[in-house]
Amino acid sequence: MSVAALEITPNYYLVVGALLFTIGAVGLLLRRNVLVMFMCVELMLNAANLTFVTFSRALNDIGGQVIVFFTLVVAAAEVAVGLAIIVAIFRRRRGATADDVHLLRG
Amino acid sequence: MTVEAVIFFVAAALALGGAAGVVLARNPVHCALLLVVTLVAVAIFFLLQEAQLVAAVQIIVYAGAIVVLFLFVIMLLGVDREESLKDPIPYQRPAAVALGAILLGEIFVLAGRTWATGATSTRGSVRGPVDGQDLGNIQRVARVLFTDFLWAFELTAALLVIAVVGSVVLARRSGQRAQLDEREQAVEEQITQAELSEAAENGSYLGDGERPSETPRVTS
Repeated sequence: MSVAALEITPNYYLVVGALLFTIGAVGLLLRRNVLVMFMCVELMLNAANLTFVTFSRALNDIGGQVIVFFTLVVAAAEVAVGLAIIVAIFRRRRGATADDVHLLRG
Repeated sequence: MTVEAVIFFVAAALALGGAAGVVLARNPVHCALLLVVTLVAVAIFFLLQEAQLVAAVQIIVYAGAIVVLFLFVIMLLGVDREESLKDPIPYQRPAAVALGAILLGEIFVLAGRTWATGATSTRGSVRGPVDGQDLGNIQRVARVLFTDFLWAFELTAALLVIAVVGSVVLARRSGQRAQLDEREQAVEEQITQAELSEAAENGSYLGDGERPSETPRVTS
């Protein structure tokens, strides 16, 4: 394929989506700050959204874009509740790393 | 290269660079700002793929509301300091990177062979006339959202109300609950003190450097 006539097929978007999802998953495993772990979850949700929209165009089906809306709503609700939990934990433990939440550890 | 290709590669570099920055930046505020870069780049992808409404909502809801909420909590809690790089669990980082590589390989293998069947549904089209009319992106989304997905749409209203009530209940403290918290806090304080002395011995505490010697009580 010559560079001049490079056509962006849906596969390009899917590869970017897969890479974004993987970076988010690795970040979730690597980081100890709960807030940053949350941001990594957002990255993974965005990768899924990108995949939905890509298939929406590739298959000429608007359903993919509608699903992205529901994902956005769930992400917003998740962030609201999650940040409230972090604030509640932080009030007691004065720390926001995952290591601070180990009361149930045996 | 076509215009779409140029925009695609610039947006892809921004998206992946921002995502890597979220994982690698040590300051949570920098993580949040790099997350905005990734979100805007994904919005550009949406625009490239004829999803204008979703792109606008992505910018408004994600960059405008969710990231601001993140920054607000970071500032409220005062955790905008750098994270220690010391690894309390040995081999966790190499294991995490290895698991990520396995995940990526799995996605590519499964997407190539099994999952992406190319089947299509009949919800509505992204392009072309609908019932003889040429509709815009917002109209197409709205038609499907308020017919086929009406029940799910109404459930999201319930979900949002439950999330709001839940956040308020989690974040407030008063009356009996506060008394209960006092007792729990006393237990927590003992644990924290034990932890602190233990950490002082190993010098490996991961949290904030300026931790007060006594947990401040929140009176209500």
